Amino acid sequence: MSKHINLKVDGKPFDLDLADPTTPLLYLLRDELGLNNPHFGCGLSQCGACTVLVNGTPMRSCVLPATAANDTKITTLAGLGSPEHPHPVQQALIDEQAFFCGYCMNGWVMTAVALVRDKPRATDAEIRQAFSGLKCRCGSHMSIIRAVKRLMEAA
Amino acid sequence: MFAFNQLMLSRRRALCAGGALFVSFATTSCSSSETTTAISTGSATKPALTPPELDSWIAVKRDNSVIGYFGKVDVGLGIQVAIAQIIADELDVDFNQVSVVMGDTALTVNQGGASGSTGLERGGVSVRNAAAQARAELLAMASAKLGVSVENLAVQHGIVSVSGDPAKAVSYGDLIGGRYFDYELTWNHKIGNELLVQGTAPLKKHADYQVVGKSIPRADIANKLFGNEVFNTDVRVPGMLHGRMVRPPVAGATVVKVHPESVQHLPDVQLVVHNNLVGVVAPKEWTAVKAAKLLKIDWSAPTPAFPSQADIYKAIQAAKPAGKGGPKPTGDVKATMATAANTIEATYFWPFQSHASMGPACTIVDVQADHATIWTGDQKPHYVRDGVAKLLGMPAAKVHAIWLRGPGSYGRNDGGDSAMDAAVLSKAVGKPVRLQYMRVDATAWDPKGPASVHQAAAGIDAKGNVVAYHYRSIGFSRENIASHPDDPAQSLAGQFMGMPVSSKQLFDVPGETYDFGVHQLDWEVVPTLLDRASPLRTSHLRDPIGPQINFASECFVDEMALATNTDPVAFRLKYLNDKRGTMVIEAAAKAANWQPQVGHPGQPQGALLKGRGMAFARRKETRVAVIVDVEVDRHTGRVWPRHWFVAHDCGLIVNPDTLRRVIEGNIVHATSRALFEEVAFNQHMVTSVDWLSYPILDIKDAPESIDITLINHKDELPLGAGEPSSRPVASAIANAVFNATGIRFRQAPLTKARVKAAFI
Repeated sequence: MSKHINLKVDGKPFDLDLADPTTPLLYLLRDELGLNNPHFGCGLSQCGACTVLVNGTPMRSCVLPATAANDTKITTLAGLGSPEHPHPVQQALIDEQAFFCGYCMNGWVMTAVALVRDKPRATDAEIRQAFSGLKCRCGSHMSIIRAVKRLMEAA
Repeated sequence: MFAFNQLMLSRRRALCAGGALFVSFATTSCSSSETTTAISTGSATKPALTPPELDSWIAVKRDNSVIGYFGKVDVGLGIQVAIAQIIADELDVDFNQVSVVMGDTALTVNQGGASGSTGLERGGVSVRNAAAQARAELLAMASAKLGVSVENLAVQHGIVSVSGDPAKAVSYGDLIGGRYFDYELTWNHKIGNELLVQGTAPLKKHADYQVVGKSIPRADIANKLFGNEVFNTDVRVPGMLHGRMVRPPVAGATVVKVHPESVQHLPDVQLVVHNNLVGVVAPKEWTAVKAAKLLKIDWSAPTPAFPSQADIYKAIQAAKPAGKGGPKPTGDVKATMATAANTIEATYFWPFQSHASMGPACTIVDVQADHATIWTGDQKPHYVRDGVAKLLGMPAAKVHAIWLRGPGSYGRNDGGDSAMDAAVLSKAVGKPVRLQYMRVDATAWDPKGPASVHQAAAGIDAKGNVVAYHYRSIGFSRENIASHPDDPAQSLAGQFMGMPVSSKQLFDVPGETYDFGVHQLDWEVVPTLLDRASPLRTSHLRDPIGPQINFASECFVDEMALATNTDPVAFRLKYLNDKRGTMVIEAAAKAANWQPQVGHPGQPQGALLKGRGMAFARRKETRVAVIVDVEVDRHTGRVWPRHWFVAHDCGLIVNPDTLRRVIEGNIVHATSRALFEEVAFNQHMVTSVDWLSYPILDIKDAPESIDITLINHKDELPLGAGEPSSRPVASAIANAVFNATGIRFRQAPLTKARVKAAFI
């Protein structure tokens, strides 16, 4: 049974019939819509590489059924900001030259966006708590923390 | 306007007169009529891609931009920027004029990919030589065009002008833009890391560098943050299908029967079965994922391949060695030990570890009748090309590997295997196939860093001097499968299809040069546990076998310091026969304000114990000293390396800020390996299959600070930095934990459970 899905991704509306309603959101975004963000990391909600904002909340798209994203607004890295108008989190991470391979980036960036919005003066412990569970294999943690603290100090 | 004979001339010019020509056109070996009238304009067609061709390294476009062709790749450590900096300086162009193409086998020669921290140390040398030669060629052209000798020319921003008369000028782009140098460099006839090309042009003095030494940011970071980077996983080819592999549930199992009916309800699924290689292919990625999960296969029930995990170190020590090696002993260490006033010995243990890259490997392969194309994120794309060519029975020239950035790989991860598997699938279904592994494939089935046992012993004389030293590594080979993915027999695809397995038996000994009197350093390799496609086959993992060797040797250095009642820093300085090593140890000690630690710390009381430890490492010519302050929670067993002080000498520093980040990444990655990472397995199978069963460092355990002292040797060549600072991390942590707790941990990783158990 195909399922009708209607959603906005990075401001663009999409309207489609999903042949397999068990398809997770990640595969809808990548395979059906042809988008490059986010990434498949584990398919188990353990790493965060697939994170997108669903109505502003960071969600792991690898386990979220696409049908659950019906009538939502999805934001990926490409929808956060642009080189001309970067999101402050993007700018802070560029300024800190954070990340190595960057494959894990979606989880950290989307979590940082929510953190900076919800808790603009978070402490070191609160920053670490917010990011806890996300994986980065290259060891980018120090520069990510520095970038977020930069934003906290600016707030 | 360019006569044909003039176009032809550049090659002859190069061949007959070498580099002297750019200084003086009047040479005896070439006819003066040609050399004096020639305005060298380069060739209209690009010479074939071979290492000695200058055009294989550098191109100048009409708009005066420069392209560098680099046969290594940037796996996220920023070498692309460093290479562009070197080219900019040697060519006298601005950094922004330079772009660097990496890893494409149709555009770059095989410089070995990302390998052994040789990016700048070896790869950068050829690039630098080529850029310097290109500058000399361009100046010769400018000299002819402007009618002024080369000595009277100056270059800025890629514009050559007459000294004292800047109105007389010509840009590189106007001299050769869009054409080719057609110049032959000298090549040492090696490929890979060892490849070296040289010109005859003098290299720029380091003191004159303007761009090298600057902290120019990486462009790829912003590109990734805005979602604009096309990773290897993002490649989509017309007609492309999606593949997934199906692995046996236990190591060594073979296919008895495949039940296609189990996935018949899924649309357009194709099965690919070659002996014990099983894959599924479908138009939709999610369908392929489901099909791989649902496909029913009857597998054989082989006898257990592995010892139980608890017995692995006993098994290593009991095994008959399959290979041995090590440098020649300096004397009779046994005899010296026997007459020593005091002897100490200790044994250390290091587990199998997984690359566990953030993204399971992904390769897209399009096999056509007479050629193939590969889109890969593997760190050695040229060797991937070679391996797939062999698998398909095609000449390497008919296989094109295109490299794109992928998840960090840290050595021979699952990338090479995925390329071979994808090639098998694509050939079988006659369509381009994008194969992305699942998490279990990346964690349970990647080639592992080898488990090992390390024995160290020292003889100490009556005055408290170390007079004898014996160090032995016993472990699985660092190359049970080759570090290059250039041979299908060394891949899962080849081995599942029945290709015979052959292994190199290699391990190593410490690289630090302490003068411990009579010493013997040796290693033994034990046979692989399963002589066919094995989830515990071993190969290169970041700083291959470095952390485990150093964990034992540098912890034992602290044990010797304790036995001789000497401070660990003073002990190292006393015995280290290495001036640059001494410099980094002193720099780290100064940065950390190291206070002497003499004698046993006792058994400190309290819930939270604090301590400080140090370790030193030499990896080839790079030296690193680290000091770490740890906290140990007696009740939970948690070890938190909270503050690090790193002193780092990698010769000439090309990009200081990027180097600092690379060192930070090494410290954090290696901390993860030291405290958390241990591949779990039972007698049948690896049971580390995801991030829960293969835990890595969480941000809560990331350090609070990493203080870095960079020692810049401006007159030296750049040395490796991608791995060396990983090496002393586990040993420094264990030394600090000893200082905090009075307990010597000799088994890595120092997990909470292991540390907690030691307190009871």
